Amino acid sequence: MSNSNTKPDGAARLGWAGVRRHPLLLVLPALVLLILIMAVPLITIIARSFIDPVPGLGNYSWFFSHKLNLIVLWRTFVISFWVTISCVLVAYPYAFAMSVAGPRLRLILVLCVLVPFWVSGVVRTLAWVIILQDTGVINQFVIWLGFDKLSLIRTQLGVTIGMTQVLLPFMVMPLFAVMRGIDLRLIEAAKSLGSHPVKAFFQVYLPLSLPGVFAGATIVFILALGFYITPLLLGGPSSTMLSTLVQQQVMSLLNWGRGGAMGVILLVATFGFLALASPFMRRKYDISGGSK
Amino acid sequence: MKDFATKAKGAAIDIKGVSKHYGRFKALDDVDLQIQPGEFMSFLGPSGSGKTTTLNLIAGFTDLTRGEIRLDERSIGNTPAHKRNIGVVFQHYALFPHMTVAKNVAYPLQQRRVPKPAREAAVRETLAKVQLQDFAHRYPSELSGGQQQRVALARAMVFDPSVLLMDEPLGALDKKLREFLQLEIKRIHRELGSTFVYVTHDQEEALVLSDRIAVFNKGKIEQVGTGMELYTKPRTLFVGQFIGESSVLRGAHVEDGGAAVFTINGTPVRAARPAAGEGAHVILLRPETVSVHGAASDAPEGANRLTGTVTEALYLGSGVKYEVTIPGGTVISARMANAERLLTIGEEATVAWQPQDSILLADDGSAAQM
Ligand SMILES: Nc1ncnc2c1ncn2[C@@H]1O[C@H](COP(=O)(O)OP(=O)(O)O)[C@@H](O)[C@H]1O
Ligand SMILES: [Mg+2]
Repeated sequence: MSNSNTKPDGAARLGWAGVRRHPLLLVLPALVLLILIMAVPLITIIARSFIDPVPGLGNYSWFFSHKLNLIVLWRTFVISFWVTISCVLVAYPYAFAMSVAGPRLRLILVLCVLVPFWVSGVVRTLAWVIILQDTGVINQFVIWLGFDKLSLIRTQLGVTIGMTQVLLPFMVMPLFAVMRGIDLRLIEAAKSLGSHPVKAFFQVYLPLSLPGVFAGATIVFILALGFYITPLLLGGPSSTMLSTLVQQQVMSLLNWGRGGAMGVILLVATFGFLALASPFMRRKYDISGGSK
Repeated sequence: MKDFATKAKGAAIDIKGVSKHYGRFKALDDVDLQIQPGEFMSFLGPSGSGKTTTLNLIAGFTDLTRGEIRLDERSIGNTPAHKRNIGVVFQHYALFPHMTVAKNVAYPLQQRRVPKPAREAAVRETLAKVQLQDFAHRYPSELSGGQQQRVALARAMVFDPSVLLMDEPLGALDKKLREFLQLEIKRIHRELGSTFVYVTHDQEEALVLSDRIAVFNKGKIEQVGTGMELYTKPRTLFVGQFIGESSVLRGAHVEDGGAAVFTINGTPVRAARPAAGEGAHVILLRPETVSVHGAASDAPEGANRLTGTVTEALYLGSGVKYEVTIPGGTVISARMANAERLLTIGEEATVAWQPQDSILLADDGSAAQM
């Protein structure tokens, strides 16, 4: 056709062949977006933490000289740690069931993980408020049984429960991806070699699933470090997390410098954690064992 | 020498009236089989005929629906897989990807709490047996398919099991490697003295390896015997066609003078014995019992003769191979020592064979050509 030959030169260069020759073109839109919504604010925050209100390290020395800040920073890590642990414990059997289920049951299980994911975090957290509050479902049941009511809301326990539920999909999905690739016939092989099924699980299945555990745990832990809504609604003064402090500094006190400094500290801590965790994420072997 | 166990002698396996049903489907239907201590027994049959199911029952991976399996007189129906002391080599290797070759091979010894020095010695010795001593510290994914299968073999035999089960262990490998490993497996069988049960759908492999072969078809064992028995005296048309090359002749048949006579294209064709039982029968011919002649008068005295057209003529050096198509479309293959002259494709020819080489079988409706 003659009109396809009359394409302007520029369009031809940006055609498929052009993309093949310059694959970077494909990431260009994402790159622009990232620079606009990530890099620019990030650089602003970092900059302001050093210059606002006066140039220097004032914001950082303020942070480290106030004990409350350090307590909250430590608590942020502790809560994130327990959230990660409980996510692993809940998600592991769930993801295993998903990996061995038939196609229909698997679809149902995937939906059960993802549907809450499509509901906004605020709504889910409010649901937890209703369940955990002093006059909530759990406490009504406990009182009906004749026990004293439990303090669930405005405690670290409540925050941990709520955050675990919100973050569960981030644990289930990487675990499921890894578990699906594990050949269950390896367990049969282990049995034929003299291993009790329980031992076979710990010696063969568990080690092969660990990369999924580490991947999920890293995501959950890092997301938990920055959680805001859930600790705010389910927690009390004794369970404040760092993001709440940031919010106070910036929104209530209009102290952008101190808020920025806290953000930078959290960022550095996160990178530090990633650096510590990365050796565990590397594998020397190919999970398939080379079998076709 | 290993000091943790006296050298195992092969165990006898006795399979009695064993059935395995999946819902209403009978994967195995009332199977009987006795395997001798130290025997190399192959399970041969098409895909889906129940070979793996039988192996899984012996290994203890699945429960049987009915019947009994005995290992040296001891019923093993209630013994869990990990206590049966049976080595298994899987078609898909099933090596532990997170363990090195040495750790894989040491695994069964660890389960048996073999002390470290004895364990290491046994691993070294067994890896030497499969010629992989230099690969002890590699991971399975760093090995070729053939090497992986040898690791799997080493792992299954390092604990001196009295029975070694192998499910199409060479199925995924190319022909040359397969032939090499067949010889290795045969050598190892001689060295170990364990009972080997070997699943394959490749009849040549079964013939090369086995003392005896059990031919599986549709959840039943059709015949058990040495390769020679199965080849020269098949009891069913299925077995006759599954083992070796063959041609099948069908035609109206009558009994005459204590032997079956078939009429094929108007020509009488004789067997040496009467047909056993009712129903339609066929004649099965092995190619090396059939000769092909350019002139009918060259055919030997007393032989059955049919005329047809040469449709394939191959010179093989050691001999010639013909295919002759007779009117009606039936193809008869023949293999002869060198003839003086190679017949050419399209030539008229006479095929001839002795009545005692007519293998008379009930027509079970197996496909004429496989
Ligand atoms: N777990 C199972 N559920 C249902 N059917 C099965 C199962 N395992 C095997 N079968 C069926 O049993 C038959 C025999 O299978 P198998 O023993 O694996 O055959 P093969 O001779 O190829 O090794 C096949 O038709 C297979 O589909
Ligand atoms: Mg099979």
